[in-house]
Amino acid sequence: MHFTINGQSHDIEVDVRTSLLDLCREHLGLTGSKKGCDHGQCGACTMLVNGRRVNSCLTLAVMHQDDEITTIEGLGQPGNLHPLQDAFVRHDGFQCGYCTPGQICSAVGMMDEVKKGWPSHVTEDLGAAELTVEEISERMSGNLCRCAAYPNIVDAIRDVAGLGDRNPNEDVGKEVAA
Amino acid sequence: MFGFGKDDTNALTMNQPHPDSLLDTGVQGVISKPLDRVDGPKKVTGTATYAAEYAIENVAHGVLVSATKGHAKIKAIDADAVKAIPGVIDVITDYDTFIRNSQQGGETSAPTQGVRTIDYFGEIIAIVVAESFEVARDAAKQLKVDYEPLDGTFDYEANKGEAEPAPDGLIKGHYDQGDFDKAFENAPVKVDVTYTTPSQNSAAMEPHASIAVWEDGALTLYGAYQMPTSDAQQLAKALGVAQSKVRIISRYIGGGFGSKLGIAPESVAAAIAAKQLGRPVKAVMLRQQVFDATVRRSNTEQRMRLGAEAGGRIVALGHESITSNLPDEDFFEPVGIGTHFLYGGENRRINHDVVRLNWTLSGSMRAPGEAVGMVGMECAMDELAEAIGMDPIALRKVNDPQQDPELKVPYSSRNLTRSLEEGAKHFGWDQRQAPGQRREGDWLIGMGVAAACRSNQLQQSAAKVELHPDGSATVSSAMTDIGTGSYTIMAQIAAEILGLPVEKVTMSLGDTNDPPAAGSGGSWGAASAGSAVYLAAERVRERLAKAMGVKPEDLTLKDGMAIGDNRSVPLAELVGKDGLSAIGEIKPGQQEKQFNQASYGAHFAEVGVNVVTGEVRVRRMLGVFAAGRVLNAKTARSQCLGGMTFGIGTALTEDLIHDPRTGKLVNHDLAEYHVPVNADVPQLEVHFLDERDIHANPIHAKGIGELGISGAAPAVVNAIYNATGVRVREMPVTLDKLLDHLPAL
Repeated sequence: MHFTINGQSHDIEVDVRTSLLDLCREHLGLTGSKKGCDHGQCGACTMLVNGRRVNSCLTLAVMHQDDEITTIEGLGQPGNLHPLQDAFVRHDGFQCGYCTPGQICSAVGMMDEVKKGWPSHVTEDLGAAELTVEEISERMSGNLCRCAAYPNIVDAIRDVAGLGDRNPNEDVGKEVAA
Repeated sequence: MFGFGKDDTNALTMNQPHPDSLLDTGVQGVISKPLDRVDGPKKVTGTATYAAEYAIENVAHGVLVSATKGHAKIKAIDADAVKAIPGVIDVITDYDTFIRNSQQGGETSAPTQGVRTIDYFGEIIAIVVAESFEVARDAAKQLKVDYEPLDGTFDYEANKGEAEPAPDGLIKGHYDQGDFDKAFENAPVKVDVTYTTPSQNSAAMEPHASIAVWEDGALTLYGAYQMPTSDAQQLAKALGVAQSKVRIISRYIGGGFGSKLGIAPESVAAAIAAKQLGRPVKAVMLRQQVFDATVRRSNTEQRMRLGAEAGGRIVALGHESITSNLPDEDFFEPVGIGTHFLYGGENRRINHDVVRLNWTLSGSMRAPGEAVGMVGMECAMDELAEAIGMDPIALRKVNDPQQDPELKVPYSSRNLTRSLEEGAKHFGWDQRQAPGQRREGDWLIGMGVAAACRSNQLQQSAAKVELHPDGSATVSSAMTDIGTGSYTIMAQIAAEILGLPVEKVTMSLGDTNDPPAAGSGGSWGAASAGSAVYLAAERVRERLAKAMGVKPEDLTLKDGMAIGDNRSVPLAELVGKDGLSAIGEIKPGQQEKQFNQASYGAHFAEVGVNVVTGEVRVRRMLGVFAAGRVLNAKTARSQCLGGMTFGIGTALTEDLIHDPRTGKLVNHDLAEYHVPVNADVPQLEVHFLDERDIHANPIHAKGIGELGISGAAPAVVNAIYNATGVRVREMPVTLDKLLDHLPAL
């Protein structure tokens, strides 16, 4: 079958049972996308398929004939980071790093959804979704982070969206005299 | 294991205080700064290599087989049918050598071995190896196992009366001081309440995974392990090979939180399969197997009895817990570990009993003891404050002792009261109202507070620092970074002492071929491994001073230049063509006996409880922490965010449920075991107090990773009471437990 991953065209044979995630991790050497649960419960495997975010463990590779797939490796590389990757580093939007590729791919897809005006569960005005803290938290809740970098993930996304380098802790880096 | 004959070793045993620290006199100015993680670019691009991601030639795929009985004997495994499936290479088990359960952290022996008798539902009994993951998974599902059922003990409630005193370990199983019964009976104010917490799972995002590669009788295991040095010892013992023949590589670990302290069943299964087949084998636990067959935090039942004078001073302190574990396991959840030293009170009873169940192994999960023990302690304090009619912060201040109330030794540093006061100020504690008084629309709003404490531990640890002829440095150690920031803070320590920009320091962690280290656990990693780096860098610095012809105290190192004796010389000119290298090695000593060493803090939470649905939302949360020197303000803050969020999970969502008929975990995945998601966590606020602990180690830092969880849950639970006037004493506080008690609409 044929598809494009990170701009590179592939023609390969694959077991019908192979998930898109396992195709990347086990057959193409693209281990950036992570397997956390293999059941679509954690979001660590999130990729972009034709621009939309999907749990790649829940979709079979054979369902993606001619699709354009983007994984974390396609967004940026060390020294050439995507703005969200860069913001995640600066805001410490991760700790162990295992959910991070999924978080970042999810954030890319999520920002596009908001741009298109798609509402979420917490959108007050269905015609005008904005990247508020509440909206981001809601829309990123399919991506678990057990280290719990959630506040920093929200800050990183808002930073990239140009909504300010908001940080609730004015004294980060400064210790209070005891 | 320790001791390096030919290397220049700077060893220190903490028998004396260490008041001077090169981190205070260094002028590079990188220590404590909120620097970005040095491993950050790799992690955000997916190029950091986790255990299952090494490209190993000819690797075969193993899928583990789980027992489907809670207690049984295996009569036979009929592998013929699945062996006939195209692509299946073999079905492998070893009834004697496979491990029954994960090992506890830091042990140097093998865990309990042998799987012919199944002791808990989901025990790993075999591994199916195939040319692809899909084939192996299919075959593992089809494997026929014939069991002879055995009577098991599966029901906690029915069997808790059989609980026995826990064996003395890290703390005593039973502890009595003074005359608790009499003092409690005579106390003017009493609280006698029981809190429970359910079993929990660490739920690190990366499942346990191993790739086993044998070469010339030696095993290299790419694993997801927090403590490679002791893990390699455990693995060697389990496999019956010499320790020198086992190497573990754990460069990146996708979270651990205790679950990866000791070796887990996939490591031994992969190693045995790889040896038998003569080719590398990769075994990744399915998420359900991580829940079933690694480690859980035990459920706890905690009877709290506090007796106090009218002014709040505690005269009787009782914390008696029942927890559960498998037969023949020494570990018990040390529920009262913080209770021993958090508050004063002459008459004390801190008991731990254990009921033996055929349930998944109970072991360490983030802050064993405090994480759940503080629920009992700090919620009971809230109840005592109310019984007396006293502010909960004032009550804690009255009971803040001047010395350890049991050991009668001084605290090395203790800023509990200061944490409470700072937190109250930042949080707006003075706005707190009486229970059930504040309402905004459908939401009842309340505030809660709880103390945080966590014992500090120093573990023997070594590291190597090399200064190369080009003026760059390398730090290597079998330490790990499980997300804690070890890569970054160890680079900062070396950079500060050697006067280098952090970019000039290359880190090598997670390989047992490097100097042995404490690993990541018990919040000891940064202080232990960091001190080892300190000592190695100190020795390199001494040799630079010698090369400069000055005393070490007259040498200044900054931006790759050595300055002294009115000269400024590039380091590259001093190190010689072979470079300079040294080993640093730290060991605990008398200081931890002469002083009670712990870190402290205070948690504040504001919650909203919906009067219609009983739903609880955490609206704000703030923590103040005093844990010695903060080595990196950014990564330290992140550690606290993580701990506080675990607290939210304990208070509101996490509940691992055992089927009382079989012990089976009925919610063994990430859809049904609810860890907090982004929308559950508000923008948390973290403050650190400026503190140094000269009794702890030469870098004056103490553990922080588990301090943030200690006390976080009770702050939320106390806030729920303040919002509603309803005390829920059974964690987690889900809406069904509140609904019947909420005011009429």
